[in-house]
Amino acid sequence: MPLYHNDDQAMLKDSVAPFVAEQAPVSHLRKLRDSADATGFSRDLWAQFTEMGLPGMLVPEAHGGLGMGHMEAGIVLEEIGRNLTPSPFLSTGVGAVAALAKAGGTQAGRWLPAIASGEAIVALAIDEGAKHRPDRIATTATRAGNGFRLDGKKSFVLHGHVADMSIVAAKTDGGITLFAVPKDATGVTADPRRLVDSSLASHVTLDGVEVDADAVIGEVDAGGDILDALLAATRTGAAAEMVGVGQGAMDMTVNYLKERKQFGKLIGEFQGLQHRAAHLYGEMEVARATVMKAQLLLDEGNEGAKLMVSVAKAKAGRAANLAVREGVQMHGGIGMTDEYDIGLYMKRDRALAEYMGDVHYHIDQVARMNGY
Amino acid sequence: MSELDAFRTEVREWLEANCPPEMREPIRDEDDVCWGGRKFKFKNDAQKQWLDACVSKGYTVPDWPKAYGGAGLTPEQTKILKQEMKRIKARSPLDSFGIWMLGPALLQFGTEEQKVHYLNPIARGEIRWCQGYSEPGSGSDLVSLQTFGEDKGDHWVVNGSKIWTSYADKADWIFCLVRTDKANKYQGITFMLFDMESKGVTTKPILLISGNSPFCETFFDDVEVPKTQFVGEINRGWDVAKYLLGHEREMISGGGAGGDMVSIGGAFAKAFGKNEAGELDDPILRAEMAAFDVDVFAYRAMGERFMDMWKTGRAHPASSNMMKYVGTELNKRRHELVMSGGGSEALEWDSEETKGGARARGWLRTKANSIEGGTSEVMLNVIAKRILDLPGA
Repeated sequence: MPLYHNDDQAMLKDSVAPFVAEQAPVSHLRKLRDSADATGFSRDLWAQFTEMGLPGMLVPEAHGGLGMGHMEAGIVLEEIGRNLTPSPFLSTGVGAVAALAKAGGTQAGRWLPAIASGEAIVALAIDEGAKHRPDRIATTATRAGNGFRLDGKKSFVLHGHVADMSIVAAKTDGGITLFAVPKDATGVTADPRRLVDSSLASHVTLDGVEVDADAVIGEVDAGGDILDALLAATRTGAAAEMVGVGQGAMDMTVNYLKERKQFGKLIGEFQGLQHRAAHLYGEMEVARATVMKAQLLLDEGNEGAKLMVSVAKAKAGRAANLAVREGVQMHGGIGMTDEYDIGLYMKRDRALAEYMGDVHYHIDQVARMNGY
Repeated sequence: MSELDAFRTEVREWLEANCPPEMREPIRDEDDVCWGGRKFKFKNDAQKQWLDACVSKGYTVPDWPKAYGGAGLTPEQTKILKQEMKRIKARSPLDSFGIWMLGPALLQFGTEEQKVHYLNPIARGEIRWCQGYSEPGSGSDLVSLQTFGEDKGDHWVVNGSKIWTSYADKADWIFCLVRTDKANKYQGITFMLFDMESKGVTTKPILLISGNSPFCETFFDDVEVPKTQFVGEINRGWDVAKYLLGHEREMISGGGAGGDMVSIGGAFAKAFGKNEAGELDDPILRAEMAAFDVDVFAYRAMGERFMDMWKTGRAHPASSNMMKYVGTELNKRRHELVMSGGGSEALEWDSEETKGGARARGWLRTKANSIEGGTSEVMLNVIAKRILDLPGA
């Protein structure tokens, strides 16, 4: 497969890009933020996403979805990124779907159709501290009655306070097990915090939460592979969203260089700024190619995907970070104002960069996967 | 089985039967590269055998038409051939400026007669070409070049000098930018071809900081060039030159610029030792190498995407400038890390153990990557102007 969008994918982009730009531009985010919205996203917009079939893009056709791949999901995520659209698409439509589809079984049958139909929002309860350390999960699941008892604390759970179900990673006797914990389970407390990018992420406390044995996603102790699938999909998705954020910031900045005058010249005439903009362009192009390669390898089920996913999360993280920093700097004073959008790009980038492992985490992973 | 799969099987079998084992060993030094030409001495029989086999199949220039010595492969087939050669670690049968640069220029601008006449010897490795572009006073500002060809009816008399002519002392012919109209800066240059054995051509190798002399100064003293030996139109050589520069950047982009694209940290962990956690035993160097590896793997994906897009006409025509910029800066960074990783051993300049200071010399050589073929600064100018459409650039 070549590393560019085929005709079907280009058509998808042609329908998704104007849709997101019209229905959920940056002003949509501002409106939610300024009205102190308590949900974290617009349910009306999610209904529109559903009409287009987007939540079920990755859901297998047998479960009522479109059976598409990460390349297609990435197209949607890039537009979400470019418009800073608050949406549960990444956690629900990408991360949760990847885990459930990988696991199959009861929970897949229960939740995949509900995701595809737009009825269910699913949160990913993986992290436990300020940093992403999925290899050190301390939340425990102990056998109790007909099922399990969950105890622990989760953090950075996007949409955790409104999700119909949370996928909880916990330690069991022989490994990691993933659980589908429904919203109304006794002992679950979600404490939503407003983040720098105006999104809402919860600290989730699991205090003796009792779930049935069939709440297990996949098999007991065999959650490692399912968690890997969830992480690979979510990281690649976050990287695609960051490409959108970075591209949006870069486009806005390059346009500004063509409008703003100082010293009687357009500032874009100054070589000092031209070279920085050109360097940024290169970094963004490389990041885009890298994310596409990771998507392609995931869609092929290629064993090299894991390495490329970490490369993509790290590279997109670096490039988008450069885009938003240069964006604010090149906008000068106006870039520091809340009124201007470039600062919002910087904020969203920071949150996405941290999500499911930051640049440093993934650089370290690349070293480990290469034997050092 | 699809046609491409069948082609892959055929290529695989052919390579297995025809690529000698010695030609599947990594390139160790300059002698291992087959440049061809009248003066070329094969290092061993295997090198010659491999060249002959590829020539007979048209595989030295697989995507050129058969009439010009190629195999007439489609872009997809060419990609498969390259993949299969890479899979068995086959060396390139023939490297030359004729293949990389003059060939594409002739394919684009040459007459049918010129294509047949010049391309076949290039494909067979019989004639080695060098490039006469830069002059002492014309580096980044190439179009200011002064080497002049005086019109004498059926020939020109060329006077002037070129600099940074790679391997001019080993080349048989030169493709050369010569001013033929002093009044017209851009439309006063002709893209000439002539034999380096012509009377009045002399070359002088330039000793570089690496201690090697891959480049020469080349002097023209009343050199007579028949007025049939030019590409494109008289006084329109700049069009050919610009096309070629783009092609050169594309070629650099196609893989060379990022080095061999393998994990640098993985290679050094063996030499450097690991701690109890299995990590490279120098946490800061490890971090720098890992960050570099991320950029290398990312650039590899970029290279793949760039070629996929370039070959199908989807790439921005100026995007090879971005590839050249990113790739060469990356390669310089690689060699800085190679030196750090090698420590004091890598400083040795001529010892046998270091293969004659290969690391130190290689490191110094890479400093030219972001100068030759257009400096990084010029690449950034081009991106700013042609891709980002910034004003006044």
